Parts: sequence; structure tokens; C-alpha cells
Amino acid sequence: MVDWSGMAVLHMELFTDIIFIAIVTAVACALPGVFLVLRRMAMISDAITHTVLLGIVLAFFVVRDITSPVLVVAAAGAGVATVVLIELLSRSNRVREDAAIGLVFPLLFSIAVILIAQYAGSIHLDVDAVLLGELAFAPLDRLEFAGNDLGPRSLWLMSGILIVSLALLITFYKELKLTTFDAALAAAFGFAPAALHYGLMSVVSLTAVGAFNAVGSVLVVALMVAPPAAAYLLTDRLPRMLALSALFGALAAILGCWAAFALNASIAGAMAVMTGLIFCLAWMFAPQRGLLAQVVRRVRQRWEFAQAMLAVHLLHHQATSQAVVECQAAHLSEHLNWSPAFTERVVRRAEQRGLLAQQNGMLTLTDQGRRFVATILGGDGL
Amino acid sequence: MFNDLLFDYTIRTVALGSGIMGIVSGMLGAFAVLRRQSLLGDAMSHAALPGIVLAFIITGSKEPLALMIGAAVAGWIGALFVMTIISTTRIKQDGALGLILATFFGFGLVLLTWVQSRPNAAQAGLDKYLFGQAATLLERDVATMAAIGGLALLVLALFWKECAILSFDPDFARSMGLPVHVLSALLTSLLVAAISIGLQAVGVVLMSALIVAPGVAARQWTDRLGVMVLLSGVFGAVAGVGGVLLSGAAARLPTGPVIVVCISALALISLLFAPRRGLVWNWFRGIRPVAGQSV
Repeated sequence: MVDWSGMAVLHMELFTDIIFIAIVTAVACALPGVFLVLRRMAMISDAITHTVLLGIVLAFFVVRDITSPVLVVAAAGAGVATVVLIELLSRSNRVREDAAIGLVFPLLFSIAVILIAQYAGSIHLDVDAVLLGELAFAPLDRLEFAGNDLGPRSLWLMSGILIVSLALLITFYKELKLTTFDAALAAAFGFAPAALHYGLMSVVSLTAVGAFNAVGSVLVVALMVAPPAAAYLLTDRLPRMLALSALFGALAAILGCWAAFALNASIAGAMAVMTGLIFCLAWMFAPQRGLLAQVVRRVRQRWEFAQAMLAVHLLHHQATSQAVVECQAAHLSEHLNWSPAFTERVVRRAEQRGLLAQQNGMLTLTDQGRRFVATILGGDGL
Repeated sequence: MFNDLLFDYTIRTVALGSGIMGIVSGMLGAFAVLRRQSLLGDAMSHAALPGIVLAFIITGSKEPLALMIGAAVAGWIGALFVMTIISTTRIKQDGALGLILATFFGFGLVLLTWVQSRPNAAQAGLDKYLFGQAATLLERDVATMAAIGGLALLVLALFWKECAILSFDPDFARSMGLPVHVLSALLTSLLVAAISIGLQAVGVVLMSALIVAPGVAARQWTDRLGVMVLLSGVFGAVAGVGGVLLSGAAARLPTGPVIVVCISALALISLLFAPRRGLVWNWFRGIRPVAGQSV
């Protein structure tokens, strides 16, 4: 369990270190996360973030050094192996993909946990820490070179991972974009969707390994999924979605650290909560796709439709012998099956818009009203 | 060795509790697997964490019933969020599940660490809900689990035919005039109940295995729903009891993960060697997968 209540005497310097690690981690997670969300593979990231632990444990048995870079490579390998296993299972036609995910990762994760418990004496790995992260302690593990303090090791690790994934993103941007949005076309162009798929999975695994040191495996999922999901509701353009996701990730990192310091609670947990809150804000208030915008649009459509009904009705009857009856404002509610109050409001709105004129209770379409009907019916309105 | 274990009172209680958990989550998980909701179980069990801690904060006790209710309510809210996100945004199921799973879990973690930083000794042991600690099951806990599980299975039996139709052909169910949304909510609620029973023993992280694996295993042996659900319960129970006995037999074997390995082994054996759908026979004959629905 992360308990850093005893660390109240920490230097300001360490706090800034923590915030920097948090920001770099969040951005590094958000970038591959965009493609996970777009490719509908968010839950595969959940599987990967758990199973990289098995890679770390197995590699540890071989190299016997918990800081060895071999562990990172092995963990990334375990992540890719997880994806392969899931695909093998779901391609066998015995289980669907979701069941395959739910079958594979708890097993591999359990094996890792059992191995750690069995060799607890020799492995310096704490399952709680792997699952929950220990960002508060990350600045204490520092990288030194020739006796000089270069800063926290995890800041270097995550920055390296971020640079690698940025470089890959820029190099393969066009290919990634095409395979994500139109895999068949990409294959026809010879873009090798499978290679890109496994490349992406490797980046996700690598990021997961780096990040779970800091924020723990479950919360890596929050950083990978929530910021891109929020960005997805705000834009239709991939570059903007990438930028927004990174921004949201960084924002969640800063707010999360602040909240965790204030409450003396888990930093990683607070960061995850902040990503969730940012998503909720986007969900409520996104200009076009937000819940509020949906309600406003529905209300506007209701009035628009009512006015269209009214205008078409008037056009249909106004030059005929029943016009005296049919075009009476009082008759409308009966004919269109509207409540009198609603009819009155529709008529008032249409009148304000200049669609119709009212004389002694008789409604007549104006020229503008005729044009309005014409655009609805697609004819000339006559 | 095993004889000693079987007659040990603690082990017997724990094994009984894990067996009940296995039966209930196996039988209800079979429906989740058929309805393509395997991962909803995962999301709901993670989402249960804040409910557990909040229940503790509100009641001030670690009474299992209170914590189970907290877990169930939070799991339910999580599921509701997932469904609302899917229906009101263009985010697909996987994204909604990942989002809710991780952010709810994060919230639970914030609450847990916050509670633990308070000067209050009563909170000790709440973190066992992360990985579960079957060894701490008391007779009282097992009784609560049996009561809730029994109730859930009774409800399932009462609405058996409706649930069966809904699982295989929701469109047909709708055309028959069945209240599809209500039934769907009912099955989800039963799943939440099954999850909240299991959390104390296997924890929020690994609970999903007990939902998915028994159903997958059972599906390999039969095409009949009734048989599948019963078999799924049996597999769950075998894994639950077997896991407890195994972890009791050797030192430093955490019960939750061992139960997961047991149920996964059953699932893998079934996937490979089940009489008709086993993958091994396929490879031997070199034929394409048998006809029939995958689960």
C-alpha cells in the first residue's frame, strides 16, 4: 500500500519531481491510448498492463537484477504475447474476443503473483506496488552518473519511452492513421496492418512497463483510455485528438498530484479520478457531442419540425376551398394533434421568424414561408 | 495431508465459502459469457472498490453484509455509467469499460489511502479486497455469502425461461413482448450480486476470472443452456474448493490467484480436449472449427 504520510517533511524539490514524472507518464500513456480507443482495443490495454508483470518476474529469474533493462524488454514481450494469445483464442472460434481477454490476463497475472509470493525473499517486488504504483517514492530512486545526480530514474525512463513513442508516431503517422480508420484500404496499399498492430502493441506494452513503476497497472489504463476518450468527444481530427489527449493527461497529472497532496491519498488514484472528471466534463459539455448539446439539439429539432409541419399544412390548404377552416389557428391543434398551448407557441415562433402572417385568426404563409417549405419538400413550393 | 486439511475447521469454512462463491459466480457468469458481457464483470468488480470503502466510511464497521452492499451499489453504478456512455457517445464498449474500470478503481484507491492515513485502527484489512484473502472468511461471512448467493440463484430460477431467451436472441425476446430492458437489468444485477460475494475471497482484481472462465469451460461440453449453467457452477465450485485446499497445502500460496489458476486450467483443458469442440481434435483432423456459436 502506498503510504507516504510520513513524508510530510519532503523537500519542495521532490514534489516537483513527482509532478514532472506524473506529467511525462500521463502524456506517454495518452499518445498510444488515442489509437487504442480509436481501434476499439481499450480492454486489451487492461490485459497488457496486468500481464507485463509476468514478463518482469520471469526475466528476473534469468538475470537476477531488478534494475536490468532486460526486464523492460521481457515485460514488453509478455505484453505482445498476451495479445497473440488473445487473438489465437478468439480466432479458434470457441470464445469471443471479450471472453478471451477475460480468460488470458487474470491467469497470467495470477501466475506472476504466485511466483512473487513463492520467491518473496529473493524478488524485490511488491504486488501492491505493481498494482497501485508508488509515485510518491519514485523521486527517491535516482539516476547517478559519475557521482552526479541526474534526477529520478523513472523520469528518465518515462521520458525515454515518450521520445521513442513520439518518434514512432511521427515516422508512421500516415500508416497508423490509415490502418486505424480503414484497415482494408491500408492493406491494399501494402501498409501491413499486422506489423503496425504489433508495433502499436509493443509501444503500449513498453509504456505500461515504464508507467506501472510510477502509477501501477490498473491506473495506466485510466491514463491510456480516459484522456483520448474525452478528446474523441471534442474533435474529429486525429492531430487535434492527439494534442488534446496529451493536454488532458498532463492536466489530470497536475490536478491529481495536487489533490493527492491535499488529501494525503494515493497519487495514482487521484490522477485516475481526475482523468475521469475531465472525461465527465467533456461528456456533459462537448460543443457538438456533449449531453447538453444533444438535449439542446433535440429541443431545437422539435420546434423546427413543428414549424415545418405547420408550414406544409398551410401551403397544402391555403389556396383551396377549405382554407377558411384548415388555416384557422384554432383548428390547427385538432388537425395536427397538438395541445392548444403548444400550437400557440409554434405559431408565435413561426410568426417571429417571418414564416407566416396572422389576420383575424387566419394564418397565411409569407414568401419566406413558401421558400422554407420549398427547402423542406425539395420542390419550388408552388 | 489432505485429510488433515479437510478436518481443519478454518480450512473447511474457507473451502465452503470459496465453493459457494464458485457456484454462484460460475452459474451467473455463464450468462455474462453468453451475452458478450465477459468484461463487464471485470469493470464491475473494479468499480466495486469505492463502494466497499465508502460503506466502511459510512457504517464505520467491516460488517461483510454492509461492505457487500456497498460493493454491489458501486458495481451497479459503474455498469450504468458504461451503458450510458455507450448509448450517448460514439465511444464503444471497450473504451467505456476501460474508462469506468480504471477511474472507479482510482477513486476507490484514493478513498482507501485516505482512510488509511486517518488515525483509526479499524480500517486495517480493507486492502484485502484488492487481492482477496479467503483465509479470513469466517462462518458468519460464509452464511452471508450463502444467503445472497442463494437468493440470486432463486431469482434466476424464477425467471429462467426469460433469461434464456434474452441470452440467445434478444430480438426475439423483444418481439415476444418480454421487457428486455428490465430482464437485462435483472441479469446484470444478479451478476453484481455474484461479484460482491466473491470480492472478499479473490479480490476486485481477479474476480473477473471467476465470471468468465467457468462459463467458457462449460460451453465446451454442451449445447444445452441448463447443462451449461449447472456445469459452470460445478467448475466454479471445484476451482474454489480446489484452490483453497492447494493453497493450504503449501506455504506462501495466495488463495485468490491459486483459485484463478485452477479455474483457468479447467477452462484450458475444456478448450483443448472437450469431446466435440476441443481444439486438439480439430488439429488432428485438420478440419475447420465445428459449426455452432462461439461464446
